[in-house]
Amino acid sequence: MKKPIYLDYSATTPVDPRVAKTLCSYLTVEDGLFGNAASRSHQYGWDAEEAVEKARKNVADLIGANPKEIVWTSGATESDNLAIKGVAQFYAKKGKHIITCKTEHKAVLDTCRHLEREGFEVTYLDPEQDGLVDLGKLEAAMRDDTILVSIMHVNNEIGVIQDVKAIGELCRSRKILFHSDAAQSAGKVPIDVEEMKIDLLSLSAHKIYGPKGMGALYVRRKPRVRLEAQMHGGGHERGMRSGTLATHQIVGMGEAFRLAREEMAAENERVRMLRDRMLEGLKDIEEVYINGDMEQRVPHNLNISFNFVEGESLMMALSELAVSSGSACTSASLEPSYVLRALGRSDELAHSSIRFSIGRFTTEADIDRAVELCHQKISKLRELSPLWDMYKEGIDLSTVQWSAH
Amino acid sequence: MVYLDHNATTPLDERVLEAMLPYLRGRYGNPSSVYALGREARAALEQAREQVAELVSAHPSQVLFTSGGTEANNSALKGVARRAPQGRIAISEVEHASVQSPAAALARDGWQIDTLAVDGEGICHRETLQQALSEQTRMVSVMWANNETGVVQPVAELAEICREQGVIFHTDAVQAAGKLALDFPASGAHLMSLSAHKLYGPKGVGALILDKAVDLEPLLHGGGQERGRRGGTENLAAIVGFGRAAELAGIELAERRRHLLTLRERFEQHLAQALPEAVIFCRDAQRLPNTVYMALPGLEGQTLIMALDQQGIAVSSGSACGSDSSEPSAVLKAMGVESELALGAIRISLGKDNTERDIDTLCSVLVSQVKQLQSLAAATAW
Amino acid sequence: MAYSDKVMDHYENPRNVGNFDKDESDVGTGMVGAPACGDVMRLQIKVNEQGVIEDACFKTYGCGSAIASSSLVTEWVKGKSLDEAGEIKNSQIAEELALPPVKIHCSVLAEDAIKAAIDDFKSKQKG
Repeated sequence: MKKPIYLDYSATTPVDPRVAKTLCSYLTVEDGLFGNAASRSHQYGWDAEEAVEKARKNVADLIGANPKEIVWTSGATESDNLAIKGVAQFYAKKGKHIITCKTEHKAVLDTCRHLEREGFEVTYLDPEQDGLVDLGKLEAAMRDDTILVSIMHVNNEIGVIQDVKAIGELCRSRKILFHSDAAQSAGKVPIDVEEMKIDLLSLSAHKIYGPKGMGALYVRRKPRVRLEAQMHGGGHERGMRSGTLATHQIVGMGEAFRLAREEMAAENERVRMLRDRMLEGLKDIEEVYINGDMEQRVPHNLNISFNFVEGESLMMALSELAVSSGSACTSASLEPSYVLRALGRSDELAHSSIRFSIGRFTTEADIDRAVELCHQKISKLRELSPLWDMYKEGIDLSTVQWSAH
Repeated sequence: MVYLDHNATTPLDERVLEAMLPYLRGRYGNPSSVYALGREARAALEQAREQVAELVSAHPSQVLFTSGGTEANNSALKGVARRAPQGRIAISEVEHASVQSPAAALARDGWQIDTLAVDGEGICHRETLQQALSEQTRMVSVMWANNETGVVQPVAELAEICREQGVIFHTDAVQAAGKLALDFPASGAHLMSLSAHKLYGPKGVGALILDKAVDLEPLLHGGGQERGRRGGTENLAAIVGFGRAAELAGIELAERRRHLLTLRERFEQHLAQALPEAVIFCRDAQRLPNTVYMALPGLEGQTLIMALDQQGIAVSSGSACGSDSSEPSAVLKAMGVESELALGAIRISLGKDNTERDIDTLCSVLVSQVKQLQSLAAATAW
Repeated sequence: MAYSDKVMDHYENPRNVGNFDKDESDVGTGMVGAPACGDVMRLQIKVNEQGVIEDACFKTYGCGSAIASSSLVTEWVKGKSLDEAGEIKNSQIAEELALPPVKIHCSVLAEDAIKAAIDDFKSKQKG
């Protein structure tokens, strides 16, 4: 079988060959770089430690941080858990209120739900229809006992970019800590934790051409942010996260971040060109809706609802493309995307959404084939769709009494 | 360079790397995605789960992948505690920091931690456990084999007592896996922690093996992976590597054991002749086949380790995680070893790829360095 | 999600896609499901004077299993009497198409669609 065209870079990215090459040299006895970075009694350990610190600098450099502010984790999910639970537990005496948004990644939402069971109070802001958080609403939700605001930088499903600088300003002025999940923004949008006044920032390697199972949490030192560790043990990472460091993965993440810093500007231009090409190709299909703001958005993401076509059958029809309907973490379920529902999209449109995400190895030919397939398959599925018939007959579907099911 | 610190970490087996490479390159799907690339990733994940299960005779559904041994231990202790009524947890005095620290964290939350003493050989006896158990004991954690001394604990006996009392039993088998035959169901343990990088797999991946009866609060929330017990995109390449490493460990277990025992015997015999004053800790206890924990009276371990490193031999003073500290080993202290002797401790942990030549190099370098340091010490004293 | 070959076949080559005039007296129309749930099936039957289903057609908005389930039942009901058609069970549909547990509701929907079409036809006869 021919490999499908990969347009799901927001779910995961292939490891860049340059990253893979570096990473593989930290594994076997051949290269002699397999040591445990915590071993302080021999060269193997020191070599590993040196590689880890070099990678830490590469990661810090991409976000304008000091290497000492980077804590390695097993991925953005762990970073989110550490940031939110770590802050909540450390500052619980100061207050027990947290603010987040309904369109956050599950790693943030599920963690918040867990904290609610532990006696914290969480406000889940509704985003605007374009997917952006309204600053006025955020400010209105802030209370004297609010200890943390967690708002993601770029949304994984719709690619919209939140105004983290404004949110950071607001949080700082109210002396509330600000955490942002940047798993989807690092390497796509410039990040400067100083300028944006971000206190905690979650990062992932596998969304930016690094390996899976690797992430980091930026933890501000000035003014100092304190955390209750979630993984206790040998006291690695200055006590914030114990566990043997996965040197090869760290080196891989470092190299991926170094490449991103060097190539981001040019890559974004190319991706934008491809995105525009795709949009141009799809625009003459009737009843197509773009989910999320088109301006405040990374060029890598196009989330589109094809009205009157069901998402899963569309995915099946587009099996030549690797795309997703909703986010990868929930795509095995039958629920429509909670992100699109939070934007106020109707269930039909939410069910009919496809996320195309473009990346480093996408070509013009890939885009052209994707456009061609969309045209063919959507018209085929609409031929099959009773809803399309009704729409063509001029029936307003919202007035129809549907049978309970 | 001769690497003799395999209890800290092992180099990745070339065959494991071969298995991992495709998942770093072409097969980069997210196991949660529904298209072919994602399904392929899912299949690889499940195959690895079977391979890891097989190493410890568990059922694949009992395998929960984690980011390593530390996370497995944290998940076990905190995961069980957070779903149980607050009470007491008993852990042995010689546990790894990744068991001791979460226990200490639970103590800050109001749990009572009981410490199970060990004897002069580092063994935690059933009587000790029986005395420590109370109505409020919810969980007991005793490691399968110690990372410093290599001493093997009577896990099945301890687990049996816990089962009788309806107490959850966890064992940190990070050092034992791949070196001893482990049978999870037969051991009677409810939970067991494993790590890949101690058995020639990659760093950054481990597993918690758990009995279905155990109610576990996830350590990582979000995404619903691992049946809701551990959120986060699976570290696929590493998991595949773990699977392959576990498979190889299972196949080669007897052969590796024989090889390690031969090498160790060669070393210990030579040591007895050349440096009869050397003390080998727990020599008469049941030990991991690869571990020699020893000291030379009057010689500081750190000094000797540095001298060996200068000569291209990598050993350590004990736990890699604690290798910053100049404190004597807590494990030796628990065994009642005098701190002066304990400060002399060095750990030599052999690996499957070490050769007789490595041992001979170690012997000759060790003897010459010891003699040199001893004469230096004598000169200074004089 | 892996689909069975039969689901794929019906999905790739759906049988009897189309519309009958729902106002005709020999046509029964059943529309079940809701867009909000992710599937809507419209099944139509054409019944002759002997009470035998002569023809059937469908349109479905839904996943591959929903499309396959409705396509399959249009084949099954043809040539059956109303009573016989009314006896088709979702379990038969699910078995024929080897539906996984999460897709059983598609076969339930198809069974409901047959029943709704039969009811619609019968209510027209009474009226």
